[in-house]
Amino acid sequence: MQVFLKVWRQADAKSEGQFVTYTVENVTEDMSFFEMLDMLNNQLVLKGEEPIAFDHDCREGICGTCGLFINGRAHGPLRGITTCQLHMRSFNDGDSIVVEPWRAEAFPVIKDLIVDRTAFDRIMSAGGYISVNTGGVPDANTIPVPKPKADEAFDAAACIGCGACVATCKNSSAMLFVAAKVSHLALLPQGQVERKQRALNLIAAMDMEGFGACTNTGACEIECPKEISLVHIARLNREFLKASLI
Amino acid sequence: MVLDAKIPDGPLAEKWTRHRFDLKLVNPANKRKYNIIIVGTGLAGASAAASLAELGYNVNTFSYHESPRRAHSIAAQGGINAAKNYPNDGDSIFRLFYDTIKGGDYRSREANVYRLAEVSNAIIDQCVAQGVPFAREYGGLLDNRSFGGAQVSRTFYARGQTGQQLLLGAYSAFVRQMKSGKVKFHPRHEMLDLVLVDGHAKGIITRNLVTGEIRSHAADAVILATGGYGNVFFLSTNAMASNATAIWRAHKKGAFFANPCFTQIHPTCIPLSSDHQSKLTLMSESLRNDGRVWVPKKKGDSRSPNDIPEEERDYYLERIYPSFGNLVPRDVASRRAKEMCDTGHGVGPTGLAVYLDFKDVIARNGKQWVADKYGNLFDMYKQITGENPYDVPMRIYPAVHYTMGGLWVDYNLMSTIPGLFVLGEANFSDHGANRLGASALMQGLADGYFIIPYTIGDYLAKHPGGGTDTNQGSFKTTTQEVEEKLNQLLAVDGSQTVDEIHKKLGHILWEYVGMARNREGLEKALKLIPQLRETFWKEVKVPGTVNELNPELEKAGRVADFLELGELMARDALHREESCGGHFREEYQTEENEALRNDEQFTYVAAWEFRGPGEPAKLHKEDLIFENVELTTRSYK
Repeated sequence: MQVFLKVWRQADAKSEGQFVTYTVENVTEDMSFFEMLDMLNNQLVLKGEEPIAFDHDCREGICGTCGLFINGRAHGPLRGITTCQLHMRSFNDGDSIVVEPWRAEAFPVIKDLIVDRTAFDRIMSAGGYISVNTGGVPDANTIPVPKPKADEAFDAAACIGCGACVATCKNSSAMLFVAAKVSHLALLPQGQVERKQRALNLIAAMDMEGFGACTNTGACEIECPKEISLVHIARLNREFLKASLI
Repeated sequence: MVLDAKIPDGPLAEKWTRHRFDLKLVNPANKRKYNIIIVGTGLAGASAAASLAELGYNVNTFSYHESPRRAHSIAAQGGINAAKNYPNDGDSIFRLFYDTIKGGDYRSREANVYRLAEVSNAIIDQCVAQGVPFAREYGGLLDNRSFGGAQVSRTFYARGQTGQQLLLGAYSAFVRQMKSGKVKFHPRHEMLDLVLVDGHAKGIITRNLVTGEIRSHAADAVILATGGYGNVFFLSTNAMASNATAIWRAHKKGAFFANPCFTQIHPTCIPLSSDHQSKLTLMSESLRNDGRVWVPKKKGDSRSPNDIPEEERDYYLERIYPSFGNLVPRDVASRRAKEMCDTGHGVGPTGLAVYLDFKDVIARNGKQWVADKYGNLFDMYKQITGENPYDVPMRIYPAVHYTMGGLWVDYNLMSTIPGLFVLGEANFSDHGANRLGASALMQGLADGYFIIPYTIGDYLAKHPGGGTDTNQGSFKTTTQEVEEKLNQLLAVDGSQTVDEIHKKLGHILWEYVGMARNREGLEKALKLIPQLRETFWKEVKVPGTVNELNPELEKAGRVADFLELGELMARDALHREESCGGHFREEYQTEENEALRNDEQFTYVAAWEFRGPGEPAKLHKEDLIFENVELTTRSYK
């Protein structure tokens, strides 16, 4: 099949960007979206043109490196997957496909479709952890954790930090990302000691990085490739309120 | 040079304890005077960085990723082994040690493997304290499952995402030290060379992948935790950027490379669909617990699998290995699948696949039971192939997954370059000729949390810090070499892309240095690879400039290194005239087509020394001495 791409090209953070159109021939259904871009890039290199820069690595939906805005949706038209898991069978012959980077002030464009998400690491370093040093910890079975709690903590911990929630949010809020970590650790007995300070610190760091506030639209939950629930944002709000009151 | 593994004296179970006492210590107040560089921030690198920073060292870390959480450790599915014996089924440190030595087909060091088993329990404790959400029983205690190569349940897991959860645990400890200022992280920086001062590793040269800036960094010791080299095959289950550049360039500076031909081919991956395919995806080994592997008895049978009646199917693993059946180890399952396809029984459009069928388990336990257990894997399969494995059997084929070989290290994890330490998959230390499932995560974290914090102190105490800065001669000359090499890559301006040449290298290696090897094929590879390397330096086309974000230039540098490493793999495979673990030489097999070891001649680690471009590497042998286990032939019949 043949598809028409409209791709955001931007030389670096300081330059103005623009859409450039490409026609890609001989696309097959079993190609992934990135393999289609690989093929296009190979042709561009041979023609002496600059290939399209995009972030990707594991290509199996777990590393969180990739993330494209495709036809106005984070990670493309399907739910519950990352861009690297999207295959061309989800498109039709002759389709026009608009490809953009994540757009948020806190994620400046580095080049073309690559953005800088190091703000996420800075938020995590503000308290997205339990303060234990290596060694000197109790035996793993000392503290039982009820299975439903452990399972729910896992659901939150499944966040891959791709930033789709931010990209899709009209406020560019990182609430789902922050909520996933706060919720994961607040549900576990090990996380109780620093529970209050963690909620306050992470929210403060999120604000400082320039992410917006949450207005409960719920778009993040729809676009999250790991289908992390809005319930965790509700828990974050509760954690934050409780911590602020005392 | 005589290879000294520095294995401590004394009984096996006391070696590590005694050694820890014998190691010199750095006074707590003096630790802040030492600077340590860590390249790679996956499971091994991040855990080492956090642990060393907690002790008080200044740690400078580098990754080509934007964040430590992107490392490929994150993709490990199954679990992590430990000798906790929580299920009360007879496990012990000695049993974990024994299974790992046997699984590695007796080509690893007893002392290292015993230490790995010994610290395995502390890893689980550490991860739980960090908040890693391991699977639990209804009583709230930790759950275990069984894995290949063991008769006890000792694998801790977090659904099918154990690697992710362990990496995020190490990452959390890492970012905590970033906050404290003891760890400095350089995202999107690639190490392009190692700098030696008076023969010791004292720094690295990096390229900032965003701006292209080349910079020198000095330290009192350098740690490489940069993962494996499976991408030398082009197609593998590794992430796209996984590469050998850091360890290869260290090798060229004097670090010996051990057992490069020991690569693990995982039997259950989604097969190749077309020439455009960029990577292969693993389907967890756990599927073989309930799926049955078969091929049509008739050669070239093109009927749909559901139209092939039961009596015309060959469940070949169950037929050849009645006692282990579909659960034979990875190397055996892989080789048999290849054999079936080579003899014309392969299925699917390419003929390079076998069926993994869940029909019987669905009939027995129902679709929901299967969905609860394997739902995410079935979904992943459907996403990639467009076929529904609840209705038609999965098609699977072996793929390159892990590399047991790596830089040679002694018991202290130090390479043949003083001051250069190597952790995780990047070293060769613990898995011998074949790694067991759920052991990679264990080794990465053992190295990072519990071994390097002790052993690096001994080196630092003996070599007081602070003496090196980047104005010294070797930094300047090494920087110049790095810059020249980058300019050379851009100057070729040929007519083939990096990927095109990488694919050709992958074909050669897969064909002749893959699942089954023989003298003729390996000799052929030793001719073809240097030819392809020549083609690369005449024909490669790399667009753009050095001073910008340039992914093609990054790939070109890595493929240039793969073109050299591939040759060493073939040389190593040719010299090892035996079959063991993942290394199967067709000339050396039993009448029943099983691997035939030659313990008399090859019970050693092959450590290769680089002797200049175009020169064949020189072989050094470290004899493996077994005092606690008896070398036997593995049997799974």
